[in-house]
Amino acid sequence: HSQSTLLSIFSLEYQKRTKRTISRHHAPDAIESYYQRYLSEAKAHPAAPVLLELANEVDLSPALMARIILDRFLQGPEGEMPSKTVLSSMLKEPSLIPDQILANNVYQCTINDCCYGPLVDCIKHAIGQEHEVLLCDKLKERNLSFLDENQLRAMGYDKTPDIILEVPIAVEGHIVHWIESKASFGDDHSHRTYLNEQFWSYWNRFGPGLVIYWYGFIGELDCQRDRGILLKDCFPTDIVTLCHAAQQERLPHEPE
Amino acid sequence: MAALLESVLLQKADPNSVLDWLRNVQEGDTLAYSESGVTVHKQEFVPFLLNFLREQSSQALTHGPATPAKTPSRPRAAAQTQGSSDRRGCRSAGGGGGGGAGSRTASRVQLFSPASSVSPGSEWEASSQSGCHSLSGVNAFSSPSFNTAWSPASRPSGSERRSGQRISLGDYMVSPPDLQPSPNFQSQKGRRRSGGSMPMGGQGRHAGGRGGHHSDESGRWESGGRRSGRGGGGGYGRISEQVSPPSAGQLNFNNLEDFPPVGSSPISPAASKPSRRINPTPVGAERPHSKPKICFTSTPFTKASTPPVVAETLEGSVTVGSPLSLQEERELLKREKTKRAQQVGSPLPSSLDPCTPTKSGLRTGSKVTPDMQTPCPEPSKVTFSLELDLLAELYCTCISENLVPNIFLELFFVMQLLTSQSPHTHDDDEQESLCAAISDVLEKCYLRQVHNCVYFAVKVLENQFQLVAHLDKCTLRLLAENERVAFFSPDLRDRLTQAQDRSTAKLSPSVSTFIHSVPFQPATDNRSNFGSDKAFHTFKKQRDIFYEVLREWEDFHKEPGWNFDAALGSRIRGMMSQLTSAGNHSHFARLFLKQLVQMCKGPRVNSSPGDTPDADLLGMLGADSLGRLKRLEERLIQPHGVVGPCPPPSFPDHQEFFRDFLQTASCCQLNQHLQDSLCQQLLQLDEVSIRSPPASIGERGEEEEEGDGDMEQQHEKQRFTSVLLLARLLAKFLGFISFLPYQTSEKPSREIQKAAIALRSKSVPVLDVCAVLSNSMKRRRTILTVPWLVEFLSMLDCIGPLLLCYRTALGTLLLLYRRMLLGRCGEMCYLNKLLMVSVLGWLFQIPAIPEDIFFTNEFTEVAKLEDSSTTAAGLDCIPLVDQQLLYTCCPFLGEFRKLLAAFVSGSTAKSGGIIRKITPTSAELRDTPAANRSQQKLQVDLEQAFFHNQPPSLRRTVEFVAERVGSNAVKHMKATLVSELVERGEKMLRDGLETPKSNPSKLNDSICAQLCVAGLEALAKATRFCCEKSPEAIRILLPDETSPAVLTTSENITKRLATEKACSWLSANITALIRREWKSRYDRVMKAVASPVAPDSGDVEGAVVELVTQEQLTTPKRKQGSERAISCPPHCSHSASLPSDILIEMKELLSVAVGPRTHDELPTRSQIKTLLQRVGDTLACRKFLTVMSEQMLLNSTVLLACKLVSAELPVLSLSGCKGGDGVVVGPGSGSEPPVRALLEQLAEMWERDCCASAPLHLLFTPLTVTAVLKASDTEWNNYLLLVRKLVDRGVLSEEEVVSHWKKLTNLALPATLIENFQLRSQSIKPPLPLADLQSHMEMLQVSQQTVEGAT
Repeated sequence: HSQSTLLSIFSLEYQKRTKRTISRHHAPDAIESYYQRYLSEAKAHPAAPVLLELANEVDLSPALMARIILDRFLQGPEGEMPSKTVLSSMLKEPSLIPDQILANNVYQCTINDCCYGPLVDCIKHAIGQEHEVLLCDKLKERNLSFLDENQLRAMGYDKTPDIILEVPIAVEGHIVHWIESKASFGDDHSHRTYLNEQFWSYWNRFGPGLVIYWYGFIGELDCQRDRGILLKDCFPTDIVTLCHAAQQERLPHEPE
Repeated sequence: MAALLESVLLQKADPNSVLDWLRNVQEGDTLAYSESGVTVHKQEFVPFLLNFLREQSSQALTHGPATPAKTPSRPRAAAQTQGSSDRRGCRSAGGGGGGGAGSRTASRVQLFSPASSVSPGSEWEASSQSGCHSLSGVNAFSSPSFNTAWSPASRPSGSERRSGQRISLGDYMVSPPDLQPSPNFQSQKGRRRSGGSMPMGGQGRHAGGRGGHHSDESGRWESGGRRSGRGGGGGYGRISEQVSPPSAGQLNFNNLEDFPPVGSSPISPAASKPSRRINPTPVGAERPHSKPKICFTSTPFTKASTPPVVAETLEGSVTVGSPLSLQEERELLKREKTKRAQQVGSPLPSSLDPCTPTKSGLRTGSKVTPDMQTPCPEPSKVTFSLELDLLAELYCTCISENLVPNIFLELFFVMQLLTSQSPHTHDDDEQESLCAAISDVLEKCYLRQVHNCVYFAVKVLENQFQLVAHLDKCTLRLLAENERVAFFSPDLRDRLTQAQDRSTAKLSPSVSTFIHSVPFQPATDNRSNFGSDKAFHTFKKQRDIFYEVLREWEDFHKEPGWNFDAALGSRIRGMMSQLTSAGNHSHFARLFLKQLVQMCKGPRVNSSPGDTPDADLLGMLGADSLGRLKRLEERLIQPHGVVGPCPPPSFPDHQEFFRDFLQTASCCQLNQHLQDSLCQQLLQLDEVSIRSPPASIGERGEEEEEGDGDMEQQHEKQRFTSVLLLARLLAKFLGFISFLPYQTSEKPSREIQKAAIALRSKSVPVLDVCAVLSNSMKRRRTILTVPWLVEFLSMLDCIGPLLLCYRTALGTLLLLYRRMLLGRCGEMCYLNKLLMVSVLGWLFQIPAIPEDIFFTNEFTEVAKLEDSSTTAAGLDCIPLVDQQLLYTCCPFLGEFRKLLAAFVSGSTAKSGGIIRKITPTSAELRDTPAANRSQQKLQVDLEQAFFHNQPPSLRRTVEFVAERVGSNAVKHMKATLVSELVERGEKMLRDGLETPKSNPSKLNDSICAQLCVAGLEALAKATRFCCEKSPEAIRILLPDETSPAVLTTSENITKRLATEKACSWLSANITALIRREWKSRYDRVMKAVASPVAPDSGDVEGAVVELVTQEQLTTPKRKQGSERAISCPPHCSHSASLPSDILIEMKELLSVAVGPRTHDELPTRSQIKTLLQRVGDTLACRKFLTVMSEQMLLNSTVLLACKLVSAELPVLSLSGCKGGDGVVVGPGSGSEPPVRALLEQLAEMWERDCCASAPLHLLFTPLTVTAVLKASDTEWNNYLLLVRKLVDRGVLSEEEVVSHWKKLTNLALPATLIENFQLRSQSIKPPLPLADLQSHMEMLQVSQQTVEGAT
């Protein structure tokens, strides 16, 4: 998965960069100047991908540019802000935008963006989801019974990893109660964030567990094994389960 | 008492009658022994004897910490009118005892003195002196020596308490043995004086100093050095007189750490810490002798550790010499320095040896060759053997009869004697002759020579063999291998060797450094347990912060300079204020306690070493090598010194975190919740029932105690261990929290004390200790209750013990202790008793417990020992304690081993090679059956009666099963009935929503009401469930031989209890449960119905909502996508492309569609066709799809259709593929075939079930229609064709199409487009069926009218 790994790393880096620079674009005067430029250029060239070019020119993600412009477009005469719901539903479905030229421009921006926008979000979500499904498949293959996120949420858990094993296992000698699947590359920045927001919280509630970064991770980050957080880049092979006497007895009969 | 001892030693009194008197338990200590014209009280004689022995041996003991002895106190409020003659009398009468008191004081101080409690010394001095006076007033002949100036010792908090174990200045105030009383004392020494002709000098200045006023310097010394001048009065005075034998010169300056080179760091103690009352002026010629305080047992300062030069100088030099003063001064400096160093750093009590820091090079040097200076003890060189025998016998009797405050303290003392390294070398003979010359029997040097010490020790060990044999294996081995034992008593050695094999106590082998968290339990932790969402989410964060803090503590708390409050204080306090605002204290208290228990409960007792690893051990997997490394590290960093058998209470390991957390949080609400919870848990644990083994106890020999017993017994034993350890932990923290508000760093003055007592006696104590204790004694459960009560009481502040309730409890414990004779056969088994005696003895030595508790009846007079009223044997009679438990509860018993090991290794106090005990975590208690409620009293009484004569396990089983079945019944109802009802409700809701003009909220209410009524069925169903399940479980769990009647009764009781439990819960909660479940279902359904885009307010939103909901309402069939059976087609191999991959490809295609693009990027028809096929496959396979990706994928197909139908995305014709430069089919250039085929394909795909929720309304947005209209007729025709197909296929109903058209026409389209629209519509009449045409025409006309009207 070296290509996906590279893509994932690129995406992470891009997001990091965006986080650093976004405030610049969110300054009121910046917004106003973008908006005015858009208006004048769109008027001049209704069919041209004005907004997309503007975004590229100022080095901002097109989808974020579309959001900024749309947000500005929707502002009332007194500057009242549109609701987020409306904003995002229009980004998701630009045909809802009253202005057709803007609608086309927004389409161009959100569809052409590689890291942001509803379509990319959906793809990321789908990738994450697919890996969770694969993880569940692997667990089922091994007869490991587990509760998934939805079941846990229904039971009222306040924090829910992707998987909680009903009977813990040992992976490479470490106890694992829960498994979190991450369909991304584990770099130090995102790992630190995940640790604070998710992994330690899981540990605090369910004990030690396993994180799978399907697209790999920085090896040095796997330093909390003894504390109960184990990192892997694939489904583990070295799994030890509890052996009950009853099971052991049954085993010899299986061939028959 | 001196007289009594004297007459015994002189064989004037019959030793046997004295022993009998000592053994006479009945009369207790009130009876006086009167013979030979002496009248002695036991409580005076015993301390006198103890002090006498310590004093005697003070010079020989060179190692290890002091073995403090408590001094009896005289009524403290004694009249101050007593004259100095009285004092004198008391002093002189005290003989050796006086010094004894001093030394005890010293030794005690050595163990416990917190540096800060020193200042009020003078007060104490005064009071104790007065105490002495009154004593002497009472009986001039009684020994005055045991004074307690210190009694209600202030409990130093935190580090101060720890510092009790550190060196304090006083510890170095070597008081030399006073066997060589100085002639200077004559005037004061009365009787003793006459005989005393020792060549001692230098005390002149103290000769008169013992009185309050004269003893300025010495007084200061005392108060500076230790806890107070409590030695004041007689004891104190005596010290100053008696002390200062030749060995005084052997100041232990070697023992000080960091012995500063002369001239370096000349800190003036007085200047730096005036409160210590160190008076620098007295440093002078006489100084050495003026430092009076010595502990006999604690004088580990010997020639061996002194540089020979000094030793020589000092030795005979009873004469005052100037070198002494120099040394003295130096030592002062060092002491002060050491003390400060300790105050600042080293938070670990164990890291410092209290009295023999061994860093000095001199010391080390001497350690290497101990034999050169210590003569090998030889039986043949023993002198006074007759007297030693007598002394040993008296001593042993005191031990056997529990007349000593702490038998292990005495045993430790004996071991110290055994391993003593008497320092004398060349002057042996001289010394001996000196000793011989003493005519006063009490002043002879019985224990001066190492030969004598060892002889005495071996005698005592032989006598106390039973006690010794219960020590751990390693100690026994070290004893057996001790050459001195072998030399003096081969028989003892053999017995020790044999005893080793029986001994089972081992150190807990491993430790988990792995901390476990408290598992999240939905039953107690989910949203329904919180008052509000905010509280719930706040607590979610609290939990994480708590662990974050814990982890940080683990990582850093051992690093130098790390400070708990500085590092974590603000976070913890912030957390507390959040807790307070959210009202989450009870939740946090529960988390806190559970984590505390999880981490600190103590080692689990694994009776069989080869136990298969259970879940907990499994938890240590992997952490093991790390754990081992850590342990090794700890050992290297802080070698364990011998701290003596009476360490002050401490919070080892993780307990420290919890203590510091509480101190830092300083949150009264939290503390109150913790107290409540701790109290409840403790009382519950105290009630736990432990089954006694079937065999009657009486028949079991003591040896059998160690046996494993059968499985059940073993299980019960482990359960007991677990309960006991847990209770001790909880009790310690309850005590800590309860007395925290009263802890003072300084000892309060008498006035403040009185006021505090008056004040505090009015309020109810957190725990009624007296009631708990008396109840426990009545029911013979002291083996469980006393150990945890001791932990609780060990946390007392210094005023606490004076409050009536605690005074009574302490007095009762004291009586209990005295009665708990190890040697006597009682109903309690040996190890049970040993544990009790050990923990009680420890308690009596704790700083906060008044020192005089043991030898006065101030405490016992308020107490009463009630005999157990029930005949049934309680826990006390069951052999529950094993060595492992004993050592776990009393880790200080390991000190024997350290002492002996240190002797072997040739070092004195600080020896390595000692395995540290570390505490692994252990499993949780099983949940105890919840108390069942009863409604019919008679029935309940009958049931109780039924259980009364059954084995306790039956009741436990029944209660347990009932509890579980009842709870399962509730869960069963939730899973079946409630979910059925909710399901039914959903159906009703959906049906209702389909009917026009439905009102969702009214619908909701009526459905909910119906469901709740139906829910009452739950009671009947639960009853049926309980009646079915209970008997099954009971039958399986009860033994086969259970008689049918008992079985049936048990089943019925279980049924009743279970039903009662289930029904009472259900009747109270079923409605709420159904409401809650229904509400969440209702919300979900409404949300699903409301589509992904569900805006809520605003004008623009309004439009959107309208658009969306209209669309939904008109196409209810399609919108029920979420309800559709979500499953793959039969035989689906899940091999379709992953949604994410397909989405990425669609994204590519769409990006070409929306532009910008180059000509080369245009797709061919077949490419699109293939992609659409794959999209269809992916949509069909449900495995990887989520609502979100499915919706997005469908969305993208519709968007693609829009772009195709409007020719915004031109498609390369099929033929073009071959030629390389394909034929470009631009807009309006006859592209029907390829596009139409694709549109056909799309329509066909949307027709499928899996695509039912495609957002086809997007085809009718102004954006799309405009684009189509702007293009050529071909596009318009394609567009109509697509709509036509969709209608034909039933994907869209005609009404829907009409509604969309309407909406379109309502929205103002540019007039030119409208014209175009009309034009086109007319032109395409033919292909459309008549009905359609008709409708379109109508619609278009309508639209034209509107448009016209609008313009």
